[in-house]
Amino acid sequence: MNQTADSVVDQIEHEHSHHGPRKGPLRWLLTVNHKDVGTMYLVLALVALLVGGVMALVIRAELFQPGLQLTQPQFFNSLTTMHGLTMIFLAIMPGLTGLANWMVPLQVGADDMYWPRVNNWAFWMLPPAAIMLWIGFFMPQGAPGGGWTLYAPLSSTYAPPSIDWVIMAIHIMGISSILGALNIILTILKMRAKGMRLWDMPLFTWTWLITGFLLLLAMPTLAIAVTMLLTDRHLGTAFFDATNGGDPVLFQHIFWFFGHPEVYIMILPAFGVVSEIVPAFSRKPLFGRTSMIWAVIAITFLSAIVWAHHMFTVGLPVEAQVLFMYTTMLIAIPTGIKIFNWVATMWRGSMTFEAPMLWALAFIFLFTIGGFSGLMLADVPADYQYHDTYFVVAHLHYVVVTGSLFAIIAGVYYWLPKWTGHMYNEKLSQWHFWLSAISVNVTFFPMHFAGLAGMPRRIPDYPLQFMDFNMISTVGAFVFGFSQLLFIWLVIQTIRGGKKAGDRPWDGAKGLEWTLSSPPPYHTFTEPPSRQTIHEEGPHGYH
Amino acid sequence: MIWKKLLLALTTLSTAVIAAAQEEPSAFNMTRGVTEISRDAYDMHMLLFWICVAIGVGVFGVMTWSLIRHRRSRGAKAAKFSENTVVEVVWTVIPVLILVGVAVPATALLLKTNAESPNPDVVVDVHGSQWKWEYVYPDEGISFFSNLSSASRDASQLGAKESPADAPNYLLDVDNPLVVPAGKDVRLRITSDDVIHAWWVPQLGFKKDAVPGQFNNIDVHIGEPGTYRGQCAELCGSGHAYMPVVVEAVSPEAYTEWVAQQKQAAAQEAEKASAPYSREVAMSQGKKVYESACASCHQSNGQGIEGTFPALEGGEITTGPVEGHLNIVIHGSEKNPVMQAYGDQLSDREIAAVVTYERNAWSNDTGDLVTPEAVEAAR
Ligand code: HEC
Ligand code: HEM
Ligand SMILES: [Cu+2]
Ligand SMILES: [Cu+2]
Repeated sequence: MNQTADSVVDQIEHEHSHHGPRKGPLRWLLTVNHKDVGTMYLVLALVALLVGGVMALVIRAELFQPGLQLTQPQFFNSLTTMHGLTMIFLAIMPGLTGLANWMVPLQVGADDMYWPRVNNWAFWMLPPAAIMLWIGFFMPQGAPGGGWTLYAPLSSTYAPPSIDWVIMAIHIMGISSILGALNIILTILKMRAKGMRLWDMPLFTWTWLITGFLLLLAMPTLAIAVTMLLTDRHLGTAFFDATNGGDPVLFQHIFWFFGHPEVYIMILPAFGVVSEIVPAFSRKPLFGRTSMIWAVIAITFLSAIVWAHHMFTVGLPVEAQVLFMYTTMLIAIPTGIKIFNWVATMWRGSMTFEAPMLWALAFIFLFTIGGFSGLMLADVPADYQYHDTYFVVAHLHYVVVTGSLFAIIAGVYYWLPKWTGHMYNEKLSQWHFWLSAISVNVTFFPMHFAGLAGMPRRIPDYPLQFMDFNMISTVGAFVFGFSQLLFIWLVIQTIRGGKKAGDRPWDGAKGLEWTLSSPPPYHTFTEPPSRQTIHEEGPHGYH
Repeated sequence: MIWKKLLLALTTLSTAVIAAAQEEPSAFNMTRGVTEISRDAYDMHMLLFWICVAIGVGVFGVMTWSLIRHRRSRGAKAAKFSENTVVEVVWTVIPVLILVGVAVPATALLLKTNAESPNPDVVVDVHGSQWKWEYVYPDEGISFFSNLSSASRDASQLGAKESPADAPNYLLDVDNPLVVPAGKDVRLRITSDDVIHAWWVPQLGFKKDAVPGQFNNIDVHIGEPGTYRGQCAELCGSGHAYMPVVVEAVSPEAYTEWVAQQKQAAAQEAEKASAPYSREVAMSQGKKVYESACASCHQSNGQGIEGTFPALEGGEITTGPVEGHLNIVIHGSEKNPVMQAYGDQLSDREIAAVVTYERNAWSNDTGDLVTPEAVEAAR
């Protein structure tokens, strides 16, 4: 590009940067602004959380006591299947992507995402995908009931027609995730402000950089798996059809080659959020920053070679079981390092306990419990008993709900004053936290006991001896579910008004985002931040 | 009641009562069980549990201390350190040592659990199918289906009048349990005829997936006679909660006697099956087939389950032309694979009988007598 063209573009962009958002309803459809897109992702995540939450409450209501009171078994199975898919693909992943859209450009001093237009597309693929996912509930044979893991042949030749829609929805969500991941990776690598070294990037951005690569590995794998389901159904292939020479276990290998990285896709950015919050409220730099980053990288590599720990009972050769047991145990080491580092960050800090910190602390306590059960599950001889029981359900909810979801909520509390320019209602937030933190344990802790005592997962009805634990879980679930209404109300209240938040509402917070006004202008960092600012807000800037 | 149990659970776990009574299924902890495999798994589980407790006490202890002492409201000033190589090496090495300490016994146990005895005393093929288990004793020529007991089935319907509390061993009871000799090596060869299931009895200490197209073997050696109950552990469709596993371990003498009885009963069956085909024979044989192969979906009373399994009483197909009825039973449903093709699983005579039965049972009275020849022609 020659000199004049360059300056013309510059001028246009410069003028553009003074524009606010587009007026009228088309703003949200057409916006390419990373903040708008981030907001939309977060709203979608909240809606999906409610939809998936209602499904969970119907499940829990049915399980309140033995016998069937509310649902036919097939509908119950549809609910568990759709609950899992909705929470993973439409609540947790978009929630984390929403945080990334908002914060990654602000944290690296970029004026927007690398491909703003693609960013808009990636988001707008999701609402139609959501409709395709849920439409099965309104089809004659109902929504698929084969579990979110979609095992063949139950989810291929034995599935209702709605499975085709679910497969299409997964494809679309996968493409959306891949575009989102590329965009985040490129924003970080190509648009980082001059003077910010990779090693100096905030942890949230770091974890998202790595998660981006993990998405590029995982999502195409999932696409392959579900496409094979589709061809088995319609094109006469028999990949997973044993009666025609296929192998149902092959599906599980492909699925979990996606599935285990997927669980780390949901937890690494959560690690990032917690790694921002704990230092801020301890007023102390993150302990072992370099080892934190290496731990994330190590987890990423290990996560690609542990998949068969979900398949210890399918009849793998015993050597393979030994190998996958070892790799799975190894993953506990970098995970442990992260926890120790957070604790060391708090050690001899000067702590305060505003809402973001409370949620981050709950994350550390409860995620660790999920890590413990993970360690137990990794031991094959014991896993022969744990597998496919409520013990696994307890494990996965301790890591995903009190892990990923709690971190998202912590992140929202942490950055909400920045986004809206208002402080949230601290008293209400305390209620929200304590109600949630207690009820989530009432819900999920008893599941450990039910599982150990022998209750299989994914059943609409159960023998009488499991009744007490199920009743407790159901009560907890309803309290937890309704407590989230407080959160919605609180967020709306904060958007509408409230005490003015300063540019840096948390005195211990570091990072380029806190050098901006609250709320930030529609276009930020059109002037890149100075080296001086980058240094002061970076890891070496602590007093 | 609930709180008492929860309290009991927590105190028991925290005071390590590894009591003797744990052969019985535990109410809140892993069952110690009745085989070596199950006791080893239990010991492994408790070892892991205590390791986690120990690590938890350490990590949460330090964290809690910090939360109490290092708060700004107590005037704590933030220190500035952000690295300490010694500490970091220590807390990497200690977990490695712990994991090695766990991995060694776990590996040994894993190899032991999967070891196959060269000469099992009894072999049983276990077939999962939607939603019942079939047990085949290839050396004895015995085979039978194991269905959820009718008391449990009745109480488990949506809006049932019967209470689950009144059904003995609700959802853990079957019509025909698997019978094996105690004190002998029994090899189970587990497979499936349709989707994936998993055969699991907690007191025996393992579960194994029943995968179509492959046999997963496991050797069990049950020390004491007794009745041991479990459930299908892999989601297999709408009847997943309704296909329990019941194992009866009996003394070797009782087992020999049982085998003899079964053989005799099978011989009588065969005799009946070769008896001249008549309406009465067809109805009684048909009822048998229906109860073992069809009732898990269409229900004994022919009412099906609304929205999932069609009622056969007064149904369009069951009271319409015979051809349509034979077609769906032999070839399965084109619309819904859950109604599978029974052509390969049942003989001409069995199909003729069950179709005759369906057309004349309950309030159906087409008066048709479907013959094996008609079935052969319809194949
Ligand atoms: C696993 C569950 C299941 C089992 C076991 C089962 N069926 Fe079905 N059956 C179904 C379903 C589902 C349909 C509906 C199929 C459709 O919509 O085309 C059906 C439909 C039928 C129909 C047609 C009813 C109508 O009015 O549309 C007949 C007849 C029938 N089954 C007979 C049998 C017989 C005989 C057996 C036993 C040998 C049997 N079924 C076992 C699930 C089952
Ligand atoms: C210390 C680290 C961890 C270890 C050793 C571990 C180990 C395991 C094992 C062995 C299983 C399979 C259990 C079975 O089915 O028998 C499992 C299941 C699961 N884990 Fe973890 N895990 C760890 C951390 C996590 C994290 C961080 C997440 C997600 C944020 C996660 C999410 C899940 C989920 C969703 C399942 C259940 C999948 C399903 O069958 O539906 N785990 N874990
Ligand atoms: Cu995994
Ligand atoms: Cu099952």
